Amino acid sequence: MAKTLYDKLFDSHVVAEENGTALIYIDRHLVHEVTSPQAFEGLRLAGRKPWRVSSIVATADHNTPTNGWDKGLAGIADPVSRLQIETLTDNIKEFGAKAYFPFMDKNQGIVHVVGPEQGATLPGMTVVCGDSHTSTHGAFGALAHGIGTSEVEHVMATQCLVQKRSKTMQVLVEGKLGNGVTAKDVALAIIGKTGTAGGNGYAIEFAGSAIRGLSMEGRMTLCNMAIEAGARAGIIAVDDKTIDYIKGRPFAPKAEQWDAAVAYWRTLVSDIDATFDTVVTLKAEDIQPQVTWGTSPEMVVNIDGKVPSLDQAKNEVQRADWERAYAYMGLTANTPINQISIDKVFIGSCTNSRIEDLRAAAAVAKGKHIAPNVKLALVVPGSGLVKAQAELEGLDKIFIAAGFEWRDPGCSMCLAMNADKLLPGERCASTSNRNFEGRQGQGGRTHLVSPEMAAAAAVAGHFVDVRTFN
Amino acid sequence: MQAFTQLNGLVAPLDRANVDTDAIIPKQFLKSIKRSGFGVNAFDEWRYLDHGEPGMDNSKRKINPDFVLNQARYQGASVLLTRENFGCGSSREHAPWALEDFGFKVIIASSYADIFYNNCFKNGMLPIVLNATAVDNLFNQVEASVGYKLNVDLAAQTVTTPNGEVYAFEVDAVRKHNLLHGLDDIGLTMQLQDKIKVFEQKHQAAQPWLFN
Repeated sequence: MAKTLYDKLFDSHVVAEENGTALIYIDRHLVHEVTSPQAFEGLRLAGRKPWRVSSIVATADHNTPTNGWDKGLAGIADPVSRLQIETLTDNIKEFGAKAYFPFMDKNQGIVHVVGPEQGATLPGMTVVCGDSHTSTHGAFGALAHGIGTSEVEHVMATQCLVQKRSKTMQVLVEGKLGNGVTAKDVALAIIGKTGTAGGNGYAIEFAGSAIRGLSMEGRMTLCNMAIEAGARAGIIAVDDKTIDYIKGRPFAPKAEQWDAAVAYWRTLVSDIDATFDTVVTLKAEDIQPQVTWGTSPEMVVNIDGKVPSLDQAKNEVQRADWERAYAYMGLTANTPINQISIDKVFIGSCTNSRIEDLRAAAAVAKGKHIAPNVKLALVVPGSGLVKAQAELEGLDKIFIAAGFEWRDPGCSMCLAMNADKLLPGERCASTSNRNFEGRQGQGGRTHLVSPEMAAAAAVAGHFVDVRTFN
Repeated sequence: MQAFTQLNGLVAPLDRANVDTDAIIPKQFLKSIKRSGFGVNAFDEWRYLDHGEPGMDNSKRKINPDFVLNQARYQGASVLLTRENFGCGSSREHAPWALEDFGFKVIIASSYADIFYNNCFKNGMLPIVLNATAVDNLFNQVEASVGYKLNVDLAAQTVTTPNGEVYAFEVDAVRKHNLLHGLDDIGLTMQLQDKIKVFEQKHQAAQPWLFN
């Protein structure tokens, strides 16, 4: 019977299955400091050891500061954050890992940037992490999703996860994306169409010529945002780009193993006559640069659009949601998006902090300067390796000359667990993934955009269409 | 894990859709390396008028009188009634930890985000899905009647209102069994360790590069 890619990945990891609930084997377990301490403590209390240490790759990212690294751990002003980072180091020392990239290591960074760049994420794998943006790794034809801390402990103890099969959704994007339209805009346009609950219960496979046209980094951005559509997993079929990206990375298979792996990876596509429970289609040419206006990623419009008015809401519940969002965001209905001015800019996060993101933002900022009303524009590379590459290309100098701050890698102001945060009422153009109330700091107002759009907004001082911005 | 069988509990209404886990427990409280003590900071940004940080004496903070869970009539609630897509966003299990520590054992909504839904069952909590009409009806009843309680019976898979209306709900058979008996997932999976080992050997033979 014809199978979807999701079915192939799921079926090839079933250890046992009964009454629709399966025990699936986990190949790669990514670990960070926030969602692991209670899991390690659970192992300790039960006298258990990790089932397979070589599956674990760990790094510290959520709490780590993005400046003051010359002071080392002592530079982390918040003692609670410092303890959590030190606790991860202690736990890895006690329980072991295939690789650990601690705070300030040259390979350290956001776990979803580090995994792929090390070749620790491979096609055909099951990948889990106590972080919802684990969906990122689906870009490699892997079944990857976020789990809770109880499940982190479960995977450590048993190398398995109790799972029910998801329904399958194909999101088909055919055509060619216009200049200045990125994977981020595709992701936001899809969420605008499906809603943030549209993918609940589903694994999404992104397909079509526009998806094939994306680079691996663009595909990671898209799969990263699958969770914002409600889907735990986003997947993209393996092709030459996938294989080329992996080749030569530190943990990638070598020699004969490489050839055998590639032969297998080439089968990781949905069969031509496979059927999906739901299909959503978009035309690439219709997608324009996107800007969110509210407090959920589904509250999104085109750059030439306006904050929607209540008569456009689909029901009472949404109307109430929008009214709260207007109040929180300090916006009124029908305000043109390009008239909204900003206070801060954040370029970074597991969604948009890879080298191509930084190149695109730098190309917009080059030779210009951030507007006087922009108090702070942060560029936070996704990893130490991304930072080093950007500096090799001189991107840091372009950003600094344009008035941006060039920081050290970490999750930073995507979730504001470290010192990088918005103050109440501040408005931010952000390349991150969530515009929830308080996400970037209590009372902070987040607008999600692509790196190009964030850089253009920094220079203009308000949102502006990057396609006509000069 | 603590078992859940049956509950007759006071209901608190949180009339919002898409309540995300950042709202349920803001990020600054995720720095804790413990599993308990999150209840005082559940819905922190809605519940208090000042900014909360770990280690604060919460009894001295300014309460937001407009937030529904602060109203006297809902003190001691163990059933949270809310709207669609509850628990969306981050996978943080601190969200169910905070709700459980606050006193909620049951949540009723028309839908949940997948990871949150799953995390509830790992903590002895029962997230119930009822259709939007039923949820609307319950909101009307809760708001109309002080001291409104619902009777939740997991074995029978029913929610019963004070005037005897019965709403049936679906729950996965395995999850139901584990919750009714308070079974620990890890212990159950360890019973299958021979199967896991057999699978692992076969898997390694087929894809040795996964085990480098």
